[in-house]
Amino acid sequence: MKVSLEWLQQYVDIDISENALADRLTMAGLEVEAVVRPHSNIDGVVAGKIIEVRPHPDADRLSCCRVNTGSQTLEIVCGAPNAAAGMYVPCATVGTVLPSGMEIKKTRIRGQASEGMLCSETELGLGEDASGLMDLGTEHAAGTPVARALGLEDTVFEIGLTPNRPDCLSHIGVAREIAALLGKQLHLPEIPFLPESGDIAQQTSVTIENPGLCPRYAARLVTHIKVGPSPQWLRRRLRAVDLKPINNIVDVTNYIMMETGQPLHGFDFDRLEENRIVVRTPDKETGFSTLDGKSRQLDADTLLICDGKKPVAIAGVMGGENSEILETTSRVLIESACFDPISIRKTAKRLGISTDASYRFERGVDPGGTVYAMQRAAVLMAELGGGQLIGSYIDEHPRPPAKSPIRLSTRRTNQHLGTGLNQSEITDLLQSAAFEIQTVDADQLAVTAPSYRVDVFRPEDLMEEVARLWGYNRIATTFPGITAQAEAPGKSLSVREQIRDRMEGFGFHETIHYSFISHRAADQMLLPEDDPRRRTEPVLNPLTEDQSVMRTSLLPALLETVQKNIFRQEKTLKIFEQGKAFYHTQPGALPREIEMLAALWTGLQKPLTWHAKPIETDFYDLKGVAEGLLAALGITDGDFSALPASACSYTQPGQTAQIRCKDTFLGIIGEIRPAVLEKFDIHQPVFALELHMEALVPIVPEAAQFVPVPKFPAVTRDITLIIDQAVEGRQILDHLRKAETQWLEDVFLFDVYSGPPIAEGHKSLSVRLVYRSTTRTLEDAQVNELHRSITQSLLTAFNAALPA
Amino acid sequence: MNASIEEIREQALSELQAAKDADAVQALSVAYLGRKGRVTAFLRNISSLPAEQRPAAGKRANEVKKELEAAFSDALEKLAATGEDDREAIDVSLPGRPAPVGSLHPITRITRTIARIFERMGFGIAEGPEVEADYYNFEALNIPPNHPARDMQDTFYVSDNVVLRTHTSPIQVRYMEAHQPPVRIIAPGKVYRCDSDLTHTPMFHQVEGLLVDEQVCFGDLKGILTAFVHQIFDPDIRVRFRPSFFPFTEPSAEVDIQCVICRGTGCKVCSNTGWLEVLGCGMVHPAVFENVGYDTNRYSGFAFGMGVERIAMLKYGINDIRMFFENDIRFLRQF
Repeated sequence: MKVSLEWLQQYVDIDISENALADRLTMAGLEVEAVVRPHSNIDGVVAGKIIEVRPHPDADRLSCCRVNTGSQTLEIVCGAPNAAAGMYVPCATVGTVLPSGMEIKKTRIRGQASEGMLCSETELGLGEDASGLMDLGTEHAAGTPVARALGLEDTVFEIGLTPNRPDCLSHIGVAREIAALLGKQLHLPEIPFLPESGDIAQQTSVTIENPGLCPRYAARLVTHIKVGPSPQWLRRRLRAVDLKPINNIVDVTNYIMMETGQPLHGFDFDRLEENRIVVRTPDKETGFSTLDGKSRQLDADTLLICDGKKPVAIAGVMGGENSEILETTSRVLIESACFDPISIRKTAKRLGISTDASYRFERGVDPGGTVYAMQRAAVLMAELGGGQLIGSYIDEHPRPPAKSPIRLSTRRTNQHLGTGLNQSEITDLLQSAAFEIQTVDADQLAVTAPSYRVDVFRPEDLMEEVARLWGYNRIATTFPGITAQAEAPGKSLSVREQIRDRMEGFGFHETIHYSFISHRAADQMLLPEDDPRRRTEPVLNPLTEDQSVMRTSLLPALLETVQKNIFRQEKTLKIFEQGKAFYHTQPGALPREIEMLAALWTGLQKPLTWHAKPIETDFYDLKGVAEGLLAALGITDGDFSALPASACSYTQPGQTAQIRCKDTFLGIIGEIRPAVLEKFDIHQPVFALELHMEALVPIVPEAAQFVPVPKFPAVTRDITLIIDQAVEGRQILDHLRKAETQWLEDVFLFDVYSGPPIAEGHKSLSVRLVYRSTTRTLEDAQVNELHRSITQSLLTAFNAALPA
Repeated sequence: MNASIEEIREQALSELQAAKDADAVQALSVAYLGRKGRVTAFLRNISSLPAEQRPAAGKRANEVKKELEAAFSDALEKLAATGEDDREAIDVSLPGRPAPVGSLHPITRITRTIARIFERMGFGIAEGPEVEADYYNFEALNIPPNHPARDMQDTFYVSDNVVLRTHTSPIQVRYMEAHQPPVRIIAPGKVYRCDSDLTHTPMFHQVEGLLVDEQVCFGDLKGILTAFVHQIFDPDIRVRFRPSFFPFTEPSAEVDIQCVICRGTGCKVCSNTGWLEVLGCGMVHPAVFENVGYDTNRYSGFAFGMGVERIAMLKYGINDIRMFFENDIRFLRQF
């Protein structure tokens, strides 16, 4: 909200600098987000007295003026038709930058020297009149800055008000706060007594049919009004807070709202059928044209202001076209009312309108300020519109709020805040903000909040007020005693953090993507119709189509990232993400959230170096990462086997492994299918790893179990077998691992070869076997014996041959 | 006995002088000290000497043996060293074989830094769902339906009563429902708001904190958060607590730090105020305690929340929040 300093000063004497004031307000919870001088852009424009006007020797429409700017006399070429000797006009001096961005320079115009510029209203950004020079009148000396001459030296504060402080949504509200902070007196404008005639009760009535939604409705009549433009001072104040002046009647309602915080509405009394007001909800849905010219559909529970026959305004939100003030209006009914915040908010939300009025009603207006605001407006309308006040006013107040005092304990306040205030200090603080205090006993106070403090109900609300007024920064900094045992991080979190670290160690870069993705992702990944990953949770109000569903897989976003980076000429990428996938469960229920890890590897196996020829990455690089991860987590029985082609739509059939541990499916590794890559506009092989944390975490051992290191030397023997291409390497290794011997400690594959001289359809596989006894040094002969029998069992089991 | 021990010694030493490489020295060692070596043979033959000469000869022969052993091993060491020195020089300026270097996302790094600071102060870590019931995200936190405070956060909905959590605060409620005081946790996580521009992304990260116990006061809140700010930014940085409003805390405060860019003199980053807002906090509102069934007469506590991106931007000097989610590898590699 914007507040004008000049305006505030009407209610409170502010004797500190603008910045100091901004600081005080900010530290009292009214955050000043900006301090601006709206007309600083006409600094450098001064009042100039035209001494002489001569026709330009070489141009019919121009004249040469001699202008006195106080300290000097300037020659200025001017094109305005109304330039005349003796006139005081705005003169932009050399160096000034006008609101249009034009910089004033010393120049020659058609051969004549010109050392400045005489300005119109438009050129100063002050109005629409561009027909000639702005006439400043004669009351300001030459050289007076125009901003000062026109009363435009105001400063405007932009305050970011929190929703709990609707009492500060007005100049009086902010002034009240300033008065409390600076220890000054608040001066509220008094309502002067103006002559009245007649009695309002004879001319109109107000009926509240729905007191729950309208606890108070006051009305006053002003007649014989002449609608016209508001005076300069009023227009200036409205403009200072970004309101557009309309006419003296509407301007007064807006002005008083900005002064008091009470939204007002002016009805053309002659356009109210039966000349009366009824506050009610319509029985059924109804159409209505608001004064912004739009027709609106209103629900049956929308609170309306009606005349004897029809709706004339949407209560607290916007008036109707059918009763708005026109140029011909002469009788005005001023509405000053209180409406239920929730009702107003619902209506405003439903209609998608937020007005200055609805904004204030939603947050809560002062139920004690209804009549004051109305009286202020009535007097001002009578003054500015030459109107006649009708005697007395209506104040329907079916539900006066019963504000009962709040009990505040000094001891508890100090305990809660960590302060050492005594009862009288607390009393003083609260009284400075107009709270009424009664001392109950040595500890307890009975505190009644002023009517405009609609946010104060509980003792804690008062404690906050005490803390705020005392100053948060004066409260001593202490430390809580440690009685809580810090819990160790949960296993899931610690496993996930370990995996992150390992992936970083393996040379992967961590990414974070939005959790919402395009609803097209499932199609891009070629997911079959019955794939559970198509059961996405939709975002009902997405910012873009690309963020319209919650992800069920991390891969689509990672693939997009691969594409974008390749486009940026980064063709080797090792990236991963750890985060949640979301599966729809039931309508209205929370989705199932599953922690996932996904990694992609594309491009080279290793960065380009002079040590080796570049090698493109392949399946086994990423498989090594998966194996490394499992090993690092202490999972020794991870198992990789071929995934049936139908089981994964987005990886290459025959080149995809599933990762399992006993019966638990942990994830997959495979090359992304070209058909999928095509959809992501990627034109190089990409390998993917996906792991389900939900499955992985429980099988991670809590702590590694120590196995004694061997005392005796190992003996190694190699075997090379020639076997059918179709035999998987894993089968050979499994066979060996299951071999019945206590001495075979380890086996590993160190060569796979196919091609001449190996016969077509066969491959050679070389395995190293490590023999060791835990109790003695093995003799060659013993190992040879064992190795022979193991070799034989392999030859038999796999119909294998030894190399020729 | 053909030669005296002195002759053997002389000969051995002079042959050693002439030996060019380790193999030659090795051969000499065998020839003199080996099983069939000359010194060994001399020692073996001492028994054939007259009895009165035996002790002196034996003593001398053993001396020579030791001397030669030392001489051979010295020579071998020298030769070995000489060989090393003679190896061809390599171009040490050429790059090495690169070890894999990955990176953690800056958000992960800063979240960990934050978590570690609070862990040192005795806080545990809690987590909660990202798609959350309206009740936990709003109502339990004293934000009823149709309350203007709902405007403080633009909410993504997945159904009428289910939202993408707009803050990590619902974790407070879930944690308190499941645990009795004392409570001392932080809760990091992703949060979502329907807002996207130069300074907002629709998803970002927060770390929430909650401490509940008997006799916890606002001063304690100041103590913990001041300690945190000093640890994460700089022990000399100025901190201020400014009144603010959150429906679920009272009193509520924003924590500002002296601008880390301009040191408080005013710059673009701090909008010329000299201060930067880094945390929101406050004493837990009694309505929240009532909602989770805590005894408000016995317990009090405080809660706080901070945006991880904001802190990461200040720490790393990142000026565009959108960089965090573009996943440009040239950005990611820097962390």
